[in-house]
Amino acid sequence: MIRLENISLGYGTRTLLEGVTTHFEAGTLTALIGRNGAGKSTLLRALAGLEPLQAGAITIGGQSIAELDGAEAARRVAFVATDKVRIANLPCEDLVALGRAPYTNWIGRLQAVDREIVADALAKVGMSEFAHKTMDRMSDGECQRVMIARALAQQTPVILLDEPTAFLDMPNRYELCRLLQRLAHDGQKVILFSTHELDIATKMCDAIALIDTPQLLHQPASEMVAGGAIERLFGI
Amino acid sequence: MTRNRLLFIFLSLLCVALFVLDLTLGSTDIAWRDVWAALTGGEVDGVVRDIVLKIRLTKAVVAVAAGAALAASGLAMQTLFRNPLAGPYVLGVSSGASLGVALFLLGAPLLGVAGGSMMQTVGLAGAAWIGSALILTMVLAVSRRIKDIMVILILGMMFSSAVDSVVQILQYLSNEAALKAFVVWTMGSLGDVTGRELALMLPVVVVGLVLSVAAIKPLNLLLLGENYARTMGLDVRRSRVLILSATVLLAGTVTAFCGPIGFIGLAVPHVARMVFASADHRTLMPASMLIGAVVLLLCDLISKQLGFPVNTVTALLGIPIVVLVVVRKKSLF
Repeated sequence: MIRLENISLGYGTRTLLEGVTTHFEAGTLTALIGRNGAGKSTLLRALAGLEPLQAGAITIGGQSIAELDGAEAARRVAFVATDKVRIANLPCEDLVALGRAPYTNWIGRLQAVDREIVADALAKVGMSEFAHKTMDRMSDGECQRVMIARALAQQTPVILLDEPTAFLDMPNRYELCRLLQRLAHDGQKVILFSTHELDIATKMCDAIALIDTPQLLHQPASEMVAGGAIERLFGI
Repeated sequence: MTRNRLLFIFLSLLCVALFVLDLTLGSTDIAWRDVWAALTGGEVDGVVRDIVLKIRLTKAVVAVAAGAALAASGLAMQTLFRNPLAGPYVLGVSSGASLGVALFLLGAPLLGVAGGSMMQTVGLAGAAWIGSALILTMVLAVSRRIKDIMVILILGMMFSSAVDSVVQILQYLSNEAALKAFVVWTMGSLGDVTGRELALMLPVVVVGLVLSVAAIKPLNLLLLGENYARTMGLDVRRSRVLILSATVLLAGTVTAFCGPIGFIGLAVPHVARMVFASADHRTLMPASMLIGAVVLLLCDLISKQLGFPVNTVTALLGIPIVVLVVVRKKSLF
């Protein structure tokens, strides 16, 4: 589904990843782990087409992400960033509807089918009853779910999330990961999220991608645990 | 939705009512019948016709255009910079226009350059545009490098102060006639625009308003910040150019012809948000334009009744609203 072909990433002279080749298949939940500053966010941004590659190519369904225009890329990859979004007077429903932007006309007019997709996305993350509420009165966990619903409304085969569990307490973290698991498996999507929660990564994800500068180790979670790379890198 | 539709209808009617009231009230008493006759081309005294058509009608149209323009550009700036205290005035756009005008009115005579009256009209607006475009480009260039929006606001204020100093130097060096022309311009006035100037101002403002409407979808996406907007398919760079061009056309033009009119651009978008309880620019953009027109017509009526410059009235009406926004501290972005 999404292929990295010999990619290199970095800033100026600093190399984060070099010569990485791997691919992510539909229906898998993958955790992206690595030390602070290893380049997790940069890699996610590159996969979303927001960061230029130093070398190599990223293709989604055979098409290079660099060659797609904004709306075409937005129909293939959805992104949930770390930015906290709290907008007064913006009901969740309208926020999720922004995810329909790559499909709507110049003024963003929603068709009946768009409304159905928005309602469906809210239902999938269990936030239907929040449709008319505004985010400035919701908890971090609830807001994160709504942002994920927005990504779902984009109807992309790939969803990337940058530290989606960062502001959440323990029960919420697990619940969010179960949600991502369900979305990946039931929706046959590629879901890749960066995290510092090693236990969540090893216990709840299908695969783990570990940044071992300048390489990316990408294996099924069980193999990764057995291989001992995590202990080595994090010094546990 | 129905509530908002009713509000739109009410505001439109209010706008029309204030427009008509603005035509009938003024320093000379003119009967309703005569105003109507002058507008429809009926039998009426020539002086009365001139007052109604050349002075009052022009002024009322200027108030509507300037109010809508300033409010629309203020809304766009607040969303683009994701800051409730942004606006054409705060970020130094109007100061930039002032500098352009000062260079034109004060600098040109110093250099011994003078033009015909048409040249003067084009030149004044052109100078204001160049000045405001310059300041906005600087703010934008800085904002791309700096994440913290407060820094950008402070820089906007610093730009304004720097511009004020340059303007003061020009004032110090200028002769009385040029100085007076500039000082009168800075007081802000809806009444100094002639019919011929209006013919130039109105199309430009309309283009700016059309660009603002074209920016509605980008502005909605920018509510979530540039990162999110980009991943939802927005060409952020092109949108910035679109929004800033609209602001140069709107705020730059209004400031060129009417002088710096404060607080409309800052306060009216907040009024629109409060009244319509919405964050959607499909509602907020037309609402801001309409409320902007209503408020500036109202300010013009008040300033006419009391004999104060219109700027003092907009400030006295606008400041309480801004204070309210700051005190409530509800996160808008």
